[in-house]
Amino acid sequence: MMLSKGVVQRGAFWLLRLTCYAVVAATAFILFDITAKGLPHLSWGFITQAPRDRMSHGGIFPAIVGTIYLVLLTVGLAFPLGIAAAIYLAEYARNTRLTRTIRLAIANLAGVPSVVFGLFGLGIFVLFLNFGTSLLASAFTLALMILPVMITACEEALRTVPQSFREGALALGATKWHAIRTSVLPYALPGMLTGSILSVSRVAGETAPVLLTGAALSAAVPGSVFDQVMVLPYHLFILSTNMYPAKVYLPIAYATALVLLIVVLGLNLAAVAVRYIVRRRHSF
Amino acid sequence: MAQAIETPGRPDAPGFPFLAGLAGRDPDPEAKDAIKIRVIDLHFFYGRNHALKGITLDIPEHKVTALIGPSGCGKSTFIRCLNRMNDVIEGSRMTGKILLDGEDIALPAADVVNLRRKVGMVFQKANPFPKSIFENVAYGLRVNGIRGKARLAEMIERSLRRAALWDEVKDDLRKPGTSLSGGQQQRLCIARALAVEPEVVLMDEPSSALDPIATAKIEDLIHSLKELYTIVIVTHNMQQAARVSDFTGFFYLGELVEEGPTQKLFTKPVRKQTEDYITGRFG
Repeated sequence: MMLSKGVVQRGAFWLLRLTCYAVVAATAFILFDITAKGLPHLSWGFITQAPRDRMSHGGIFPAIVGTIYLVLLTVGLAFPLGIAAAIYLAEYARNTRLTRTIRLAIANLAGVPSVVFGLFGLGIFVLFLNFGTSLLASAFTLALMILPVMITACEEALRTVPQSFREGALALGATKWHAIRTSVLPYALPGMLTGSILSVSRVAGETAPVLLTGAALSAAVPGSVFDQVMVLPYHLFILSTNMYPAKVYLPIAYATALVLLIVVLGLNLAAVAVRYIVRRRHSF
Repeated sequence: MAQAIETPGRPDAPGFPFLAGLAGRDPDPEAKDAIKIRVIDLHFFYGRNHALKGITLDIPEHKVTALIGPSGCGKSTFIRCLNRMNDVIEGSRMTGKILLDGEDIALPAADVVNLRRKVGMVFQKANPFPKSIFENVAYGLRVNGIRGKARLAEMIERSLRRAALWDEVKDDLRKPGTSLSGGQQQRLCIARALAVEPEVVLMDEPSSALDPIATAKIEDLIHSLKELYTIVIVTHNMQQAARVSDFTGFFYLGELVEEGPTQKLFTKPVRKQTEDYITGRFG
């Protein structure tokens, strides 16, 4: 039987549509599962108290604050570095062997597994630079890990700013740096923030690098960057793999997962809000 | 534009209807003008592409010099050499001399920032910054270290008046420059360029994206500006070159085929290529 063009087209269309539905369904299922199993255990005490009695009671307050600290510190380290590198690559670097090597290095860095970054961070920051197992060592390690994404996002953002903005400024006697600072960077900033938003989720969710460089099984909210830090993903990992009986710990693990999702969502929303404000001021 | 209109009444001259509007300035082609920019044997390369092949041209002070020629003939490349705007193009290379008041600005060591303050530019597509009208004109002033609201306001008003835009925008200088019409945006860009008090203003097809009325305004403006500035304009439009310029250079395939007083070039071109182009036989 010959299928008419219309039938084939409709079939293909539905196939494409179904793949989208599948993605939405998977996301919805994960969210539903975690919410359904985590919500009953969620309470005010759970998010405001430290864990006690081998994590079976109390809450996860230090891990929540630790995760937020870690994300802010990491993005605070990586964002300026990423912008600086991107400005060099997009605005100053000519297409030479050196810049091609730099780009290759960045691309490769993006492909390195996070546990390798963890090991590297342990060697460099924890031991060699003597930061110790600390919030700072973890932040540096994660900053290196997200740097390739950060640089690429910032570079793309710079390239979307029309060349005419640069030429307009240069033609008025602006130096190159002045032109970049006043009539390129402000307009690239929203795009750069988009890149950092993606990184936030990655940093908040990483376990391996933090485990090797700064995570504590149990610690108070860090008082300095040289303290060990509790973070949600590692706490979740411990709860769901090392603690028995599961009947006691699994609900706590689900509640922790739910809180992690909410924290990531909250940080993302904050970044989106910042981007919204910047975009309103510097739209083009 | 209060000049006497003189139609070339020579029966043997190629008769171009648009020459009816050609103002009869510079009746004496031998008259000597002060030379603002002297270009000597300028070559320009985009990678291996030899875009300008030995251009030698004098640009007289307080005159309008128009550069005409078909697309890709090198006229835009040439004008962008005069303020070193081609420096931003990777893999480009330039040889030859460009003397601005006797000083060679084509040298690698030339102070391009200072050069661009003296040689302003208006681009083909109006490119106001996405800032207010006030900030657009203030940009170049701030770059050059001018501070103080009152001082800025005064200079901005003067620039906008010179660009014949003041009356249309004076009520709201806080409006974004990009909210203006195309012609107004281009005049804003002219005001922005004039604000830093350049000596030369380069215009790269300033009205090619504008309607005839906006174009006429820009052309009127060019007439009024040459008292104060030396103007070099690239245009696709031969009628425009005839209307606004004192001198014209015809570019073809990276070479300056012919140059001279506008009226002479349009009525008695020496080279066949020039005649073919201005009579519309190619291009």
